[in-house]
Amino acid sequence: MSLRQILQSYDVSRRDFMKYCTALSATLALPPAFAPQIAEALENTDNRPSVIWMEFQSCSGDSESLLRSGRPKVGDLILDVLSVDYMEVIMAAAGHLAEEAKHSTMERYKGKYLLIIEGAIPTNEDGIDCCIAGDTALNHLKKAAEGAAAIIAVGNCASFGGIPAGHPNPTEAKGVADIVSGKPIINLPGCPMNCDNLTALVVHYLVFGSLPAVDKHLRPKFAYGKRIHDNCERRAHFDAGQYTEKWGDEGHRQGWCLYKVGCKGTQSFHNCPTLRWNDGLSWPVMAGHGCVGCSEPGFMDTMAPFYRRLPAIPGFGV
Amino acid sequence: MAERIVVDPITRIEGHLRIEAKVENGKIVDAWSSGTMFRGIEKILQGRDPRDAWYITQRFCGVCTTVHSIASIRAVENALGIQIPYNAELIRNIIMGSQAVQDHIIHFYHLHALDWVDITSALKADPKKTAALQQSISDWKYSSEDYFKSVQDRIAAFASTGRLGPFANAYWGHSAYKLPPEANLMATAHYLQALELQKEIIKTHAVLGSKNPHPQTFLVGGMSIPIDPNSQNAINADKIAMILEYNKLAKEFVEKVYIPDVLAVAPFYLDWAGIGAGHKNYMSYGEYPESQKGYPNDLWLPGGIIKGGDLSNVIEVDQAKIAEDCAHSWYMDKSSKHPYDGQSDKNYTGPMPPYDYLDVDKDYSFVKAPRYDGEPMEVGPLSRMLIAYAKGHKEVVPVVDAVLGKLGAGPAALFSTLGRTAARAIETLVTSQRNEKWIMALAANIKAGDYQIHSGEKWEPATWPANAKGYGWHEAPRGALGHWIVIENGAIKNYQAVVPSTWNAGPMDKGDVHGPYEQSLIGTPIADPDKPLEILRTIHSFDPCLACAIHVYDEKGELRSKVKVL
Repeated sequence: MSLRQILQSYDVSRRDFMKYCTALSATLALPPAFAPQIAEALENTDNRPSVIWMEFQSCSGDSESLLRSGRPKVGDLILDVLSVDYMEVIMAAAGHLAEEAKHSTMERYKGKYLLIIEGAIPTNEDGIDCCIAGDTALNHLKKAAEGAAAIIAVGNCASFGGIPAGHPNPTEAKGVADIVSGKPIINLPGCPMNCDNLTALVVHYLVFGSLPAVDKHLRPKFAYGKRIHDNCERRAHFDAGQYTEKWGDEGHRQGWCLYKVGCKGTQSFHNCPTLRWNDGLSWPVMAGHGCVGCSEPGFMDTMAPFYRRLPAIPGFGV
Repeated sequence: MAERIVVDPITRIEGHLRIEAKVENGKIVDAWSSGTMFRGIEKILQGRDPRDAWYITQRFCGVCTTVHSIASIRAVENALGIQIPYNAELIRNIIMGSQAVQDHIIHFYHLHALDWVDITSALKADPKKTAALQQSISDWKYSSEDYFKSVQDRIAAFASTGRLGPFANAYWGHSAYKLPPEANLMATAHYLQALELQKEIIKTHAVLGSKNPHPQTFLVGGMSIPIDPNSQNAINADKIAMILEYNKLAKEFVEKVYIPDVLAVAPFYLDWAGIGAGHKNYMSYGEYPESQKGYPNDLWLPGGIIKGGDLSNVIEVDQAKIAEDCAHSWYMDKSSKHPYDGQSDKNYTGPMPPYDYLDVDKDYSFVKAPRYDGEPMEVGPLSRMLIAYAKGHKEVVPVVDAVLGKLGAGPAALFSTLGRTAARAIETLVTSQRNEKWIMALAANIKAGDYQIHSGEKWEPATWPANAKGYGWHEAPRGALGHWIVIENGAIKNYQAVVPSTWNAGPMDKGDVHGPYEQSLIGTPIADPDKPLEILRTIHSFDPCLACAIHVYDEKGELRSKVKVL
């Protein structure tokens, strides 16, 4: 059953479906003319990519983020767009039967499955700090990487080490790209990753049969190509020298720039301001809290303390 | 004949949990719970700005994604003696309440339901009879024969691909599944409905806190979402209307689907009201401050301790009596320590991977064993509801009595696997109803002209004393959560979190007394040791969250006393 058929069963019209495909092409930074190609990819019967989603030193925040998907709706995404063959948070199987499901997927879809990694990988003491089914995350990752078509690191931890890699990095936690080589790796950092970026990445893969262009940190340009500061809805206030000075003051209530209360948007590349979160409802700056730079390598240490204003960012009246 | 069984990974939880159990004559006679991942976040916190701690500890867990933020800011506020504005208290209540409701719905439908519901049997259901069943339990809108036919067709089409994704390789067809096909089809439909609903109702967090998971809105001293009815960049009438609507959606689903489902399914599994009790010690810190006096005054849900299932005697909690024991955990220091003094240097002495069994006679978990006055305590919705019930709580007592009445059982039936699951549903109902009151209280306070969201005092570290220490408690969805912080010269000197799943998932203590998971598994029947569905039922009834439970650190380069190779 294709996504199109599923949507039909929900009385979603062809027109709405095409509108959805056009919106997706925008997320992917493609011209609207690509909408028919996207529609075709989504209409194919059971071309679902097989997904193995593994969690290591994680908080499951990225798994939860996946469950907030609105475009497509979460049920369609995990049942009809992807074939989620291993994902601990939602899978019905447990114990050795769960492991068997993973191994048979790795055999059957060798060279074809997408490996999604959430959480950092501890390398201290041969990786003893994270064990699943009696073996280390390090070994699980290396084995699963061998037959993967591509690896997607979701969240800052899997991308760059993230939270557990914060100073003094007690477990010598690392991101995927520091461990695996010889495979295409895409990083979707963020704390957590924004599910709409993962969806867009998967659609790109289905439509073009290839992975999107990435920056030097292996982040897709369609999502991390622009500085938050440059797309920020409060940019005009920065340029006008209008700043929030204290929490709850007049400037804060009127949506003025959060630079002086610690915003790291000038140092961060992510599409938060345009994509936003939870079906495009909001994002940190919109809700009155500064950006903390969670999509950058070296986060948290390069961004903390979160409430200290960055030095030497030129602007009026700073 | 005794047999050792292992379930690793325990799926449909947060984090990495392993259960080993000894089965004899079809029953579990001994059990061991092991957490197998840690990150060292408490070590990472040392030396940092205490105002950043909420953000970092929030990453203990992305499922209960608000709870550590709350405990952390309360700990710093307690250490520095900061009183937060009433608006901030109410916003926190709304965020905590909507978290609890959404988290419990996800738990019941997506993490726990498949222990009781056999999706494959739903294919055999008669949609007409399913519609009749649905209509008999509530007036929920999705109840037509056509609707259930479309759900069944969808499952059939999915199954026909031969690629079952997250439903592959489960214990389908197991003899412990008791529901008729129609109930299985109805529950499967609700699984799909709840999947879409949970992401809608949690938008309250996006409105008040920018996003979910990991809302970014907490501040030591208040909240960062401004209030101004005449601004589009602040909480205004529009945003109040939005969160009221999300809460209404949640409440309707709980009243018309979640509670009726529990009442419809429970009669098929009443034997589980006599399985999985454990120690019958229950603890809650209490939650939801409702008056202008602020936390921890005038809590809607009371705190307390019940020992040995004695509902006639609720003891007050004294934080000085909390200690963590490492007798069977992979740490250097084996003595019991109060969280202010907690220093956890790792000492892994387990088998080298890949391994088949842990060395359960010695150390076998990264989770410590917290004890209250030397005794293990179960925490979570069951503890909260029992304590509220025992204290005669106005909203909780009638719902508990009604549920017990429908099931024809007395309060003792709540000391069980089924009791935990029912208590969680009861809590979801009363919390979704109460949340509306907090939203309206916020609206009323704004109407009265109060727009303050941050105390302003003591924001700058220069205003702090050189030395301070404090603790912050919170009743998280999974139970009693506490953070303890020691501040020196504006920076974190020591930080310890004793979290719900540490209480519940901890290993044996120095007296070889089992932790709550372990104790509750002993005596559980196992029909097929190769498919231990029964273990999942009891363990899932606690709603484990293991990344939370292990957050302690390893001091690099220390001696490893022994490595055992299997």
